[in-house]
Amino acid sequence: MSERDLNAAREMGAHPGQLAQSMSSALRASLRPIDTFLEWFGDLGMFSWQVVRAAVTPPFEFREMFRQLDEIGSMSLPLVAAAGAAIGAVLSLEARYSLTRFGAKSMLPAAIVYSVIHETGPIITGLIVSGRVGAGIGAELASMKVTEQIDAIEASAVNPYKLLAVTRILACILMLPLLTLAADFCGVLVGWITQTLAEPLSLQQFINSAFKGANLNDFLPPTFKTAVFGLIIGLISCFQGMRTQGGAAGVGRAATSSVVLSSLFVILADVVLVKFILIFFP
Amino acid sequence: MATICAPMPTPEQAGNDHDAPAISVVDLHKSFADQKVLDGISLSVCRGQTLAVLGRSGTGKSVLLRIVIGLQKPDSGAVRIHGQDIAGLDIDRLGAVRMKMGFSFQHSALYDSLTVEQNVMFSLQHHRKDMSKSMQRDRVRELLAEVGMEGHLEKMPSEISGGMQKRVGLARALALKPDILLLDEPTAGLDPIGSAEIDDLILKLQTEHRMASIVVTHDLHSAKTIAGRLALIDKGSVVVEGTFAELQNSDIEFVRQFLGQS
Repeated sequence: MSERDLNAAREMGAHPGQLAQSMSSALRASLRPIDTFLEWFGDLGMFSWQVVRAAVTPPFEFREMFRQLDEIGSMSLPLVAAAGAAIGAVLSLEARYSLTRFGAKSMLPAAIVYSVIHETGPIITGLIVSGRVGAGIGAELASMKVTEQIDAIEASAVNPYKLLAVTRILACILMLPLLTLAADFCGVLVGWITQTLAEPLSLQQFINSAFKGANLNDFLPPTFKTAVFGLIIGLISCFQGMRTQGGAAGVGRAATSSVVLSSLFVILADVVLVKFILIFFP
Repeated sequence: MATICAPMPTPEQAGNDHDAPAISVVDLHKSFADQKVLDGISLSVCRGQTLAVLGRSGTGKSVLLRIVIGLQKPDSGAVRIHGQDIAGLDIDRLGAVRMKMGFSFQHSALYDSLTVEQNVMFSLQHHRKDMSKSMQRDRVRELLAEVGMEGHLEKMPSEISGGMQKRVGLARALALKPDILLLDEPTAGLDPIGSAEIDDLILKLQTEHRMASIVVTHDLHSAKTIAGRLALIDKGSVVVEGTFAELQNSDIEFVRQFLGQS
Protein backbone atom coordinates (compact mmCIF):
# COMPACT_ATOMS: atom_id res chain seq x y z
CA MET A 1 0.00 0.00 0.00
CA SER A 2 1.54 3.32 -1.07
CA GLU A 3 1.72 6.53 1.00
CA ARG A 4 -0.96 8.04 -1.26
CA ASP A 5 -3.29 5.09 -0.59
CA LEU A 6 -2.70 5.47 3.15
CA ASN A 7 -3.54 9.16 3.03
CA ALA A 8 -6.63 8.42 0.99
CA ALA A 9 -7.67 5.77 3.51
CA ARG A 10 -7.10 8.24 6.41
CA GLU A 11 -9.20 10.85 4.64
CA MET A 12 -11.99 8.31 4.26
CA GLY A 13 -11.96 7.88 8.03
CA ALA A 14 -10.37 4.41 8.25
CA HIS A 15 -9.39 3.30 11.77
CA PRO A 16 -5.61 3.02 12.45
CA GLY A 17 -6.09 -0.67 13.31
CA GLN A 18 -7.75 -1.27 9.95
CA LEU A 19 -4.90 0.54 8.22
CA ALA A 20 -2.33 -1.64 9.96
CA GLN A 21 -4.28 -4.74 9.03
CA SER A 22 -4.50 -3.65 5.37
CA MET A 23 -0.76 -2.92 5.32
CA SER A 24 0.00 -6.28 6.84
CA SER A 25 -2.13 -8.17 4.31
CA ALA A 26 -0.62 -6.15 1.44
CA LEU A 27 2.86 -7.00 2.70
CA ARG A 28 1.93 -10.67 3.01
CA ALA A 29 0.55 -10.67 -0.55
CA SER A 30 3.70 -9.09 -1.94
CA LEU A 31 5.92 -11.63 -0.11
CA ARG A 32 3.86 -14.64 -1.20
CA PRO A 33 5.85 -15.39 -4.40
CA ILE A 34 9.10 -15.43 -2.40
CA ASP A 35 7.45 -17.63 0.20
CA THR A 36 6.23 -20.06 -2.51
CA PHE A 37 9.67 -20.06 -4.16
CA LEU A 38 11.46 -20.91 -0.89
CA GLU A 39 8.83 -23.49 0.03
CA TRP A 40 9.33 -25.21 -3.34
CA PHE A 41 13.09 -25.49 -2.76
CA GLY A 42 12.52 -26.72 0.80
CA ASP A 43 10.12 -29.41 -0.39
CA LEU A 44 12.53 -30.38 -3.19
CA GLY A 45 15.31 -30.73 -0.60
CA MET A 46 13.19 -33.01 1.59
CA PHE A 47 12.10 -35.02 -1.46
CA SER A 48 15.76 -35.42 -2.52
CA TRP A 49 16.67 -36.65 0.96
CA GLN A 50 13.93 -39.29 0.84
CA VAL A 51 15.12 -40.36 -2.63
CA VAL A 52 18.77 -40.64 -1.52
CA ARG A 53 17.78 -42.69 1.54
CA ALA A 54 15.58 -44.96 -0.58
CA ALA A 55 18.35 -45.34 -3.19
CA VAL A 56 20.93 -46.68 -0.74
CA THR A 57 18.65 -48.96 1.30
CA PRO A 58 17.88 -52.48 0.06
CA PRO A 59 15.78 -54.06 -1.38
CA PHE A 60 16.32 -52.56 -4.82
CA GLU A 61 13.64 -52.44 -7.48
CA PHE A 62 15.67 -53.91 -10.36
CA ARG A 63 12.67 -55.02 -12.44
CA GLU A 64 11.10 -51.56 -12.42
CA MET A 65 14.55 -50.09 -13.07
CA PHE A 66 14.99 -52.14 -16.27
CA ARG A 67 11.49 -51.17 -17.38
CA GLN A 68 12.40 -47.51 -16.92
CA LEU A 69 15.73 -47.91 -18.74
CA ASP A 70 13.75 -49.22 -21.71
CA GLU A 71 11.04 -46.57 -21.40
CA ILE A 72 13.46 -43.66 -21.03
CA GLY A 73 16.32 -44.94 -23.17
CA SER A 74 15.02 -47.05 -26.05
CA MET A 75 11.84 -45.06 -26.52
CA SER A 76 13.70 -41.73 -26.66
CA LEU A 77 16.37 -43.01 -29.06
CA PRO A 78 14.58 -42.30 -32.38
CA LEU A 79 13.71 -38.72 -31.40
CA VAL A 80 17.19 -37.97 -30.03
CA ALA A 81 18.86 -39.54 -33.09
CA ALA A 82 16.66 -37.51 -35.46
CA ALA A 83 17.39 -34.30 -33.57
CA GLY A 84 21.14 -35.07 -33.59
CA ALA A 85 21.01 -35.71 -37.34
CA ALA A 86 19.16 -32.45 -37.98
CA ILE A 87 21.68 -30.53 -35.90
CA GLY A 88 24.55 -32.12 -37.82
CA ALA A 89 23.02 -31.11 -41.15
CA VAL A 90 22.27 -27.55 -40.04
CA LEU A 91 25.72 -27.08 -38.51
CA SER A 92 27.37 -28.38 -41.66
CA LEU A 93 25.40 -26.01 -43.88
CA GLU A 94 25.85 -22.98 -41.63
CA ALA A 95 29.52 -23.59 -40.79
CA ARG A 96 30.40 -24.22 -44.42
CA TYR A 97 28.97 -20.85 -45.40
CA SER A 98 30.71 -18.97 -42.57
CA LEU A 99 34.09 -20.73 -42.77
CA THR A 100 34.24 -20.32 -46.57
CA ARG A 101 33.70 -16.57 -46.13
CA PHE A 102 36.64 -16.37 -43.72
CA GLY A 103 38.87 -18.71 -45.75
CA ALA A 104 38.87 -21.49 -43.16
CA LYS A 105 36.99 -24.17 -45.11
CA SER A 106 39.54 -26.84 -44.11
CA MET A 107 38.38 -26.41 -40.49
CA LEU A 108 34.86 -27.54 -41.40
CA PRO A 109 35.10 -31.19 -40.13
CA ALA A 110 36.59 -30.06 -36.81
CA ALA A 111 33.99 -27.30 -36.46
CA ILE A 112 31.14 -29.76 -36.98
CA VAL A 113 32.53 -32.44 -34.66
CA TYR A 114 33.53 -30.04 -31.88
CA SER A 115 30.21 -28.18 -32.01
CA VAL A 116 28.17 -31.36 -31.94
CA ILE A 117 30.14 -33.22 -29.27
CA HIS A 118 31.06 -30.28 -27.04
CA GLU A 119 27.76 -28.52 -26.75
CA THR A 120 25.00 -29.05 -29.30
CA GLY A 121 24.63 -32.82 -28.86
CA PRO A 122 24.49 -32.77 -25.03
CA ILE A 123 22.16 -29.78 -24.69
CA ILE A 124 19.80 -30.90 -27.46
CA THR A 125 19.62 -34.37 -25.88
CA GLY A 126 18.97 -32.81 -22.47
CA LEU A 127 16.18 -30.61 -23.79
CA ILE A 128 14.55 -33.33 -25.88
CA VAL A 129 14.58 -35.77 -22.97
CA SER A 130 13.22 -33.00 -20.71
CA GLY A 131 10.30 -32.68 -23.09
CA ARG A 132 9.57 -36.33 -23.78
CA VAL A 133 10.54 -38.00 -20.53
CA GLY A 134 9.85 -35.08 -18.19
CA ALA A 135 6.28 -34.75 -19.42
CA GLY A 136 5.81 -38.52 -19.33
CA ILE A 137 7.10 -38.96 -15.77
CA GLY A 138 5.31 -35.84 -14.50
CA ALA A 139 1.95 -36.86 -15.98
CA GLU A 140 2.22 -40.54 -15.01
CA LEU A 141 3.13 -39.90 -11.38
CA ALA A 142 0.64 -37.04 -11.09
CA SER A 143 -2.12 -39.27 -12.39
CA MET A 144 -1.11 -41.96 -9.89
CA LYS A 145 -1.10 -39.37 -7.13
CA VAL A 146 -4.56 -37.95 -7.80
CA THR A 147 -6.10 -41.44 -8.11
CA GLU A 148 -4.49 -42.47 -4.78
CA GLN A 149 -2.36 -45.15 -6.46
CA ILE A 150 0.76 -43.77 -4.77
CA ASP A 151 -1.06 -43.96 -1.42
CA ALA A 152 -2.02 -47.53 -2.28
CA ILE A 153 1.64 -48.38 -2.92
CA GLU A 154 2.57 -46.87 0.45
CA ALA A 155 -0.33 -48.65 2.19
CA SER A 156 1.01 -51.90 0.71
CA ALA A 157 4.20 -51.28 2.71
CA VAL A 158 6.20 -50.48 -0.44
CA ASN A 159 8.31 -47.32 -0.41
CA PRO A 160 7.00 -45.20 -3.32
CA TYR A 161 10.23 -43.16 -3.41
CA LYS A 162 12.13 -46.36 -4.07
CA LEU A 163 9.69 -47.86 -6.56
CA LEU A 164 8.72 -44.77 -8.49
CA ALA A 165 11.34 -42.05 -8.00
CA VAL A 166 14.68 -43.82 -7.55
CA THR A 167 14.12 -46.09 -10.55
CA ARG A 168 13.18 -43.23 -12.86
CA ILE A 169 15.94 -40.89 -11.67
CA LEU A 170 18.65 -43.57 -12.00
CA ALA A 171 17.35 -44.54 -15.43
CA CYS A 172 17.58 -40.87 -16.52
CA ILE A 173 21.13 -40.56 -15.11
CA LEU A 174 22.30 -43.72 -16.90
CA MET A 175 20.50 -43.12 -20.17
CA LEU A 176 21.31 -39.46 -20.84
CA PRO A 177 25.03 -40.05 -21.66
CA LEU A 178 24.12 -42.99 -23.91
CA LEU A 179 21.45 -41.00 -25.71
CA THR A 180 23.96 -38.15 -26.06
CA LEU A 181 26.42 -40.53 -27.73
CA ALA A 182 23.65 -41.53 -30.15
CA ALA A 183 22.84 -37.88 -30.88
CA ASP A 184 26.54 -37.09 -31.36
CA PHE A 185 27.01 -40.06 -33.69
CA CYS A 186 24.03 -39.10 -35.84
CA GLY A 187 25.06 -35.43 -35.83
CA VAL A 188 28.62 -36.17 -36.99
CA LEU A 189 27.47 -38.73 -39.55
CA VAL A 190 24.84 -36.47 -41.10
CA GLY A 191 27.27 -33.53 -40.85
CA TRP A 192 29.72 -35.52 -42.96
CA ILE A 193 27.00 -36.59 -45.42
CA THR A 194 25.89 -32.96 -45.84
CA GLN A 195 29.49 -31.88 -46.29
CA THR A 196 30.27 -34.60 -48.79
CA LEU A 197 27.17 -33.82 -50.83
CA ALA A 198 28.45 -30.27 -51.31
CA GLU A 199 32.08 -31.25 -51.75
CA PRO A 200 33.04 -34.96 -51.85
CA LEU A 201 35.18 -35.99 -48.87
CA SER A 202 35.76 -39.55 -47.65
CA LEU A 203 34.66 -40.43 -44.11
CA GLN A 204 38.26 -41.35 -43.31
CA GLN A 205 39.49 -37.89 -44.35
CA PHE A 206 36.64 -36.20 -42.52
CA ILE A 207 37.43 -38.06 -39.25
CA ASN A 208 41.18 -37.54 -39.55
CA SER A 209 40.68 -33.85 -40.10
CA ALA A 210 38.08 -33.50 -37.34
CA PHE A 211 39.94 -35.35 -34.61
CA LYS A 212 43.47 -34.06 -35.33
CA GLY A 213 44.99 -32.94 -32.05
CA ALA A 214 41.94 -33.92 -30.01
CA ASN A 215 42.14 -35.88 -26.75
CA LEU A 216 39.65 -37.62 -24.45
CA ASN A 217 39.18 -34.47 -22.35
CA ASP A 218 37.56 -32.91 -25.38
CA PHE A 219 34.86 -35.55 -25.55
CA LEU A 220 34.30 -37.35 -22.25
CA PRO A 221 33.39 -34.46 -19.90
CA PRO A 222 30.77 -32.96 -22.25
CA THR A 223 29.19 -36.39 -22.69
CA PHE A 224 29.18 -37.30 -19.01
CA LYS A 225 27.86 -33.90 -17.94
CA THR A 226 24.53 -35.09 -19.34
CA ALA A 227 24.30 -37.49 -16.38
CA VAL A 228 23.69 -34.30 -14.35
CA PHE A 229 20.98 -33.33 -16.85
CA GLY A 230 19.49 -36.78 -16.26
CA LEU A 231 19.53 -36.22 -12.50
CA ILE A 232 17.79 -32.87 -12.93
CA ILE A 233 15.14 -34.19 -15.34
CA GLY A 234 14.39 -37.28 -13.23
CA LEU A 235 14.37 -35.48 -9.89
CA ILE A 236 12.23 -32.52 -10.94
CA SER A 237 9.74 -34.59 -12.94
CA CYS A 238 9.26 -37.11 -10.12
CA PHE A 239 8.98 -34.29 -7.57
CA GLN A 240 6.42 -32.35 -9.60
CA GLY A 241 4.43 -35.53 -10.29
CA MET A 242 4.40 -36.85 -6.73
CA ARG A 243 3.35 -33.54 -5.14
CA THR A 244 0.43 -32.95 -7.51
CA GLN A 245 -2.95 -31.92 -6.19
CA GLY A 246 -6.23 -31.20 -7.85
CA GLY A 247 -7.48 -33.79 -10.34
CA ALA A 248 -7.08 -33.63 -14.11
CA ALA A 249 -6.05 -29.98 -14.05
CA GLY A 250 -3.34 -30.86 -11.53
CA VAL A 251 -2.05 -33.63 -13.82
CA GLY A 252 -1.83 -31.14 -16.70
CA ARG A 253 -0.02 -28.63 -14.51
CA ALA A 254 2.42 -31.29 -13.29
CA ALA A 255 3.27 -32.38 -16.84
CA THR A 256 3.80 -28.80 -18.00
CA SER A 257 5.79 -27.73 -14.95
CA SER A 258 7.96 -30.86 -15.19
CA VAL A 259 8.98 -29.92 -18.73
CA VAL A 260 9.39 -26.21 -18.08
CA LEU A 261 11.35 -26.54 -14.84
CA SER A 262 13.57 -29.41 -15.95
CA SER A 263 14.40 -27.61 -19.24
CA LEU A 264 15.16 -24.42 -17.32
CA PHE A 265 17.39 -26.20 -14.81
CA VAL A 266 19.13 -28.17 -17.58
CA ILE A 267 20.06 -24.90 -19.29
CA LEU A 268 21.23 -23.32 -16.02
CA ALA A 269 23.22 -26.44 -15.11
CA ASP A 270 24.80 -26.39 -18.56
CA VAL A 271 26.18 -22.91 -17.96
CA VAL A 272 27.74 -24.00 -14.67
CA LEU A 273 29.03 -27.30 -16.05
CA VAL A 274 30.63 -25.68 -19.12
CA LYS A 275 32.57 -23.35 -16.84
CA PHE A 276 33.47 -26.28 -14.58
CA ILE A 277 34.71 -28.35 -17.55
CA LEU A 278 36.75 -25.45 -18.90
CA ILE A 279 38.46 -25.07 -15.51
CA PHE A 280 39.08 -28.74 -14.67
CA PHE A 281 39.44 -30.26 -18.17
CA PRO A 282 41.14 -27.48 -20.16
CA MET B 1 -9.11 -44.60 26.26
CA ALA B 2 -7.90 -47.80 27.89
CA THR B 3 -9.40 -50.89 26.35
CA ILE B 4 -8.43 -54.33 27.55
CA CYS B 5 -8.89 -56.90 24.83
CA ALA B 6 -9.86 -60.45 25.65
CA PRO B 7 -7.07 -63.00 25.14
CA MET B 8 -7.29 -64.78 21.83
CA PRO B 9 -7.86 -68.49 22.21
CA THR B 10 -6.26 -69.66 18.97
CA PRO B 11 -2.72 -71.05 19.16
CA GLU B 12 -1.38 -69.11 16.16
CA GLN B 13 -1.92 -65.88 18.06
CA ALA B 14 0.19 -67.01 20.99
CA GLY B 15 2.89 -64.47 21.80
CA ASN B 16 0.84 -61.43 20.77
CA ASP B 17 0.23 -58.66 23.25
CA HIS B 18 -3.39 -59.60 23.86
CA ASP B 19 -4.03 -56.91 26.45
CA ALA B 20 -3.33 -54.11 23.98
CA PRO B 21 -5.96 -53.26 21.40
CA ALA B 22 -4.92 -53.97 17.81
CA ILE B 23 -5.72 -50.34 16.96
CA SER B 24 -5.67 -47.58 19.50
CA VAL B 25 -6.27 -43.93 18.62
CA VAL B 26 -5.69 -41.47 21.45
CA ASP B 27 -6.76 -37.81 21.46
CA LEU B 28 -6.16 -37.26 17.77
CA HIS B 29 -6.18 -33.69 16.43
CA LYS B 30 -5.85 -32.68 12.79
CA SER B 31 -6.47 -29.38 11.02
CA PHE B 32 -6.11 -28.26 7.42
CA ALA B 33 -5.31 -24.54 7.34
CA ASP B 34 -7.97 -23.01 9.62
CA GLN B 35 -10.33 -25.95 9.35
CA LYS B 36 -10.33 -28.32 12.32
CA VAL B 37 -11.07 -31.82 11.01
CA LEU B 38 -10.34 -34.07 13.98
CA ASP B 39 -10.72 -32.63 17.45
CA GLY B 40 -9.58 -35.08 20.11
CA ILE B 41 -10.79 -38.42 18.74
CA SER B 42 -10.05 -41.54 20.81
CA LEU B 43 -11.00 -45.03 19.65
CA SER B 44 -9.77 -48.56 20.06
CA VAL B 45 -10.46 -51.84 18.31
CA CYS B 46 -9.44 -55.32 19.41
CA ARG B 47 -8.74 -58.34 17.23
CA GLY B 48 -11.94 -59.87 15.90
CA GLN B 49 -13.87 -56.64 16.41
CA THR B 50 -15.30 -54.33 13.76
CA LEU B 51 -15.89 -50.67 14.46
CA ALA B 52 -17.94 -48.63 12.02
CA VAL B 53 -17.13 -44.93 11.99
CA LEU B 54 -20.17 -42.99 10.86
CA GLY B 55 -20.79 -39.35 10.22
CA ARG B 56 -21.80 -36.80 7.65
CA SER B 57 -19.65 -36.22 4.59
CA GLY B 58 -16.60 -34.09 5.28
CA THR B 59 -16.40 -34.83 9.00
CA GLY B 60 -12.91 -36.31 8.81
CA LYS B 61 -13.74 -40.04 8.72
CA SER B 62 -11.38 -40.80 5.83
CA VAL B 63 -8.69 -38.56 7.34
CA LEU B 64 -8.93 -40.64 10.52
CA LEU B 65 -8.37 -43.83 8.53
CA ARG B 66 -5.45 -42.32 6.60
CA ILE B 67 -3.84 -41.26 9.88
CA VAL B 68 -4.28 -44.77 11.31
CA ILE B 69 -2.29 -46.27 8.41
CA GLY B 70 0.22 -43.41 8.45
CA LEU B 71 -0.63 -41.80 5.12
CA GLN B 72 -1.22 -38.53 6.96
CA LYS B 73 0.34 -37.23 10.13
CA PRO B 74 -1.81 -35.93 13.00
CA ASP B 75 -1.16 -32.51 14.55
CA SER B 76 -1.21 -34.19 17.97
CA GLY B 77 -2.33 -37.42 19.56
CA ALA B 78 -1.18 -40.99 19.12
CA VAL B 79 -1.97 -43.98 16.94
CA ARG B 80 -0.83 -47.33 18.33
CA ILE B 81 -0.85 -50.50 16.28
CA HIS B 82 -0.55 -53.56 18.54
CA GLY B 83 0.72 -51.17 21.22
CA GLN B 84 3.40 -49.60 19.00
CA ASP B 85 3.14 -45.84 18.49
CA ILE B 86 3.55 -45.17 14.76
CA ALA B 87 4.30 -41.45 15.18
CA GLY B 88 7.87 -40.65 14.21
CA LEU B 89 8.47 -43.97 12.44
CA ASP B 90 10.35 -43.52 9.16
CA ILE B 91 8.86 -44.88 5.96
CA ASP B 92 10.69 -48.21 6.18
CA ARG B 93 9.76 -48.94 9.82
CA LEU B 94 6.23 -47.79 9.10
CA GLY B 95 6.28 -50.26 6.20
CA ALA B 96 6.92 -53.10 8.65
CA VAL B 97 3.83 -52.04 10.64
CA ARG B 98 1.77 -51.64 7.46
CA MET B 99 2.49 -55.24 6.47
CA LYS B 100 0.08 -56.24 9.24
CA MET B 101 -2.58 -53.92 7.83
CA GLY B 102 -4.83 -54.02 4.79
CA PHE B 103 -6.38 -50.85 3.39
CA SER B 104 -9.28 -50.68 0.97
CA PHE B 105 -9.62 -47.24 -0.61
CA GLN B 106 -12.89 -45.43 -1.23
CA HIS B 107 -12.24 -45.29 -4.98
CA SER B 108 -10.41 -48.63 -4.97
CA ALA B 109 -7.13 -47.01 -6.14
CA LEU B 110 -6.22 -50.03 -8.26
CA TYR B 111 -2.98 -49.71 -10.25
CA ASP B 112 -4.43 -48.82 -13.64
CA SER B 113 -1.49 -50.13 -15.67
CA LEU B 114 -1.68 -53.59 -14.06
CA THR B 115 -4.22 -56.38 -14.57
CA VAL B 116 -6.52 -57.54 -11.79
CA GLU B 117 -4.16 -60.45 -11.08
CA GLN B 118 -1.08 -58.19 -11.00
CA ASN B 119 -2.86 -55.75 -8.69
CA VAL B 120 -3.46 -58.44 -6.09
CA MET B 121 0.00 -59.94 -6.62
CA PHE B 122 1.74 -56.57 -6.07
CA SER B 123 2.28 -56.92 -2.31
CA LEU B 124 3.24 -60.58 -2.60
CA GLN B 125 5.89 -59.77 -5.23
CA HIS B 126 7.41 -57.17 -2.94
CA HIS B 127 7.14 -58.84 0.45
CA ARG B 128 6.86 -62.59 -0.07
CA LYS B 129 9.98 -63.31 -2.05
CA ASP B 130 10.10 -66.66 -0.25
CA MET B 131 7.04 -67.68 -2.28
CA SER B 132 7.63 -69.01 -5.78
CA LYS B 133 5.86 -67.37 -8.71
CA SER B 134 3.39 -70.24 -8.94
CA MET B 135 2.67 -70.09 -5.19
CA GLN B 136 2.04 -66.36 -5.49
CA ARG B 137 -0.26 -66.99 -8.43
CA ASP B 138 -2.16 -69.65 -6.48
CA ARG B 139 -2.57 -67.27 -3.53
CA VAL B 140 -3.90 -64.54 -5.86
CA ARG B 141 -6.38 -66.95 -7.43
CA GLU B 142 -7.49 -68.05 -3.96
CA LEU B 143 -8.02 -64.41 -2.88
CA LEU B 144 -9.86 -63.49 -6.05
CA ALA B 145 -12.07 -66.58 -5.69
CA GLU B 146 -12.81 -65.48 -2.13
CA VAL B 147 -14.14 -62.13 -3.40
CA GLY B 148 -15.88 -63.68 -6.41
CA MET B 149 -13.50 -62.30 -9.04
CA GLU B 150 -11.76 -65.48 -10.16
CA GLY B 151 -12.94 -65.10 -13.76
CA HIS B 152 -11.41 -61.67 -14.31
CA LEU B 153 -7.69 -62.23 -13.78
CA GLU B 154 -6.49 -60.75 -17.05
CA LYS B 155 -8.81 -57.75 -17.11
CA MET B 156 -7.58 -54.21 -16.57
CA PRO B 157 -9.22 -52.13 -13.81
CA SER B 158 -10.86 -49.91 -16.45
CA GLU B 159 -12.62 -52.97 -17.89
CA ILE B 160 -14.50 -53.90 -14.70
CA SER B 161 -17.35 -52.19 -12.83
CA GLY B 162 -17.03 -50.09 -9.65
CA GLY B 163 -18.33 -52.94 -7.50
CA MET B 164 -15.84 -55.35 -9.03
CA GLN B 165 -13.04 -52.84 -8.42
CA LYS B 166 -14.04 -52.72 -4.75
CA ARG B 167 -13.82 -56.51 -4.59
CA VAL B 168 -10.37 -56.49 -6.19
CA GLY B 169 -9.32 -53.73 -3.77
CA LEU B 170 -10.47 -55.95 -0.89
CA ALA B 171 -8.55 -58.94 -2.27
CA ARG B 172 -5.45 -56.75 -2.60
CA ALA B 173 -5.85 -55.55 0.99
CA LEU B 174 -5.97 -59.18 2.17
CA ALA B 175 -2.97 -60.38 0.16
CA LEU B 176 -0.48 -60.31 3.05
CA LYS B 177 -2.97 -61.88 5.51
CA PRO B 178 -3.24 -58.73 7.64
CA ASP B 179 -4.65 -58.77 11.14
CA ILE B 180 -5.99 -55.24 10.76
CA LEU B 181 -8.35 -54.22 7.97
CA LEU B 182 -9.26 -50.60 7.21
CA LEU B 183 -12.13 -50.02 4.83
CA ASP B 184 -12.92 -46.56 3.48
CA GLU B 185 -16.50 -46.31 2.27
CA PRO B 186 -16.68 -49.90 0.99
CA THR B 187 -20.21 -49.48 -0.36
CA ALA B 188 -20.08 -45.89 -1.60
CA GLY B 189 -21.38 -45.45 -5.11
CA LEU B 190 -22.80 -48.97 -5.33
CA ASP B 191 -26.40 -49.97 -6.00
CA PRO B 192 -28.30 -51.65 -3.10
CA ILE B 193 -27.63 -55.15 -4.42
CA GLY B 194 -23.92 -54.39 -4.93
CA SER B 195 -23.75 -52.87 -1.42
CA ALA B 196 -25.39 -55.93 0.13
CA GLU B 197 -22.93 -58.20 -1.71
CA ILE B 198 -19.95 -56.21 -0.42
CA ASP B 199 -21.41 -56.25 3.13
CA ASP B 200 -21.83 -60.04 2.97
CA LEU B 201 -18.30 -60.37 1.66
CA ILE B 202 -16.84 -58.24 4.48
CA LEU B 203 -18.80 -60.23 7.06
CA LYS B 204 -17.54 -63.50 5.57
CA LEU B 205 -13.93 -62.25 5.54
CA GLN B 206 -14.18 -61.06 9.14
CA THR B 207 -15.57 -64.38 10.28
CA GLU B 208 -12.83 -66.29 8.47
CA HIS B 209 -9.84 -64.07 9.24
CA ARG B 210 -10.82 -62.57 12.64
CA MET B 211 -9.22 -59.20 11.92
CA ALA B 212 -9.55 -55.93 13.80
CA SER B 213 -11.43 -53.69 11.38
CA ILE B 214 -12.39 -50.07 11.10
CA VAL B 215 -15.03 -49.37 8.47
CA VAL B 216 -15.60 -45.75 7.56
CA THR B 217 -19.00 -45.21 6.05
CA HIS B 218 -22.01 -42.96 5.97
CA ASP B 219 -24.21 -45.91 5.07
CA LEU B 220 -26.04 -46.74 8.30
CA HIS B 221 -27.52 -49.97 6.96
CA SER B 222 -24.09 -51.23 5.94
CA ALA B 223 -22.59 -50.22 9.31
CA LYS B 224 -25.36 -52.04 11.17
CA THR B 225 -24.74 -55.19 9.11
CA ILE B 226 -20.97 -55.45 9.34
CA ALA B 227 -19.96 -53.79 12.61
CA GLY B 228 -20.47 -54.83 16.22
CA ARG B 229 -19.76 -51.28 17.43
CA LEU B 230 -20.48 -47.94 15.84
CA ALA B 231 -18.92 -44.54 16.52
CA LEU B 232 -20.69 -41.44 15.31
CA ILE B 233 -18.46 -38.47 14.53
CA ASP B 234 -19.51 -34.86 14.31
CA LYS B 235 -17.34 -31.74 14.15
CA GLY B 236 -14.21 -33.83 14.58
CA SER B 237 -15.26 -35.56 17.81
CA VAL B 238 -16.92 -38.84 18.67
CA VAL B 239 -20.48 -37.95 19.67
CA VAL B 240 -21.43 -41.46 20.73
CA GLU B 241 -19.94 -44.94 20.57
CA GLY B 242 -21.67 -48.26 21.17
CA THR B 243 -23.82 -50.94 19.62
CA PHE B 244 -26.54 -50.01 17.18
CA ALA B 245 -29.14 -50.54 19.92
CA GLU B 246 -27.24 -48.18 22.22
CA LEU B 247 -27.14 -45.56 19.49
CA GLN B 248 -30.88 -45.98 18.93
CA ASN B 249 -31.50 -45.36 22.64
CA SER B 250 -29.31 -42.25 22.70
CA ASP B 251 -31.09 -39.02 23.57
CA ILE B 252 -28.46 -36.84 21.86
CA GLU B 253 -30.24 -34.75 19.27
CA PHE B 254 -27.58 -35.21 16.56
CA VAL B 255 -27.63 -39.01 16.99
CA ARG B 256 -31.40 -39.17 16.75
CA GLN B 257 -31.30 -36.89 13.70
CA PHE B 258 -28.59 -38.99 12.02
CA LEU B 259 -30.37 -42.29 12.65
CA GLY B 260 -33.71 -40.86 11.61
CA GLN B 261 -32.46 -39.35 8.39
CA SER B 262 -30.08 -42.10 7.30
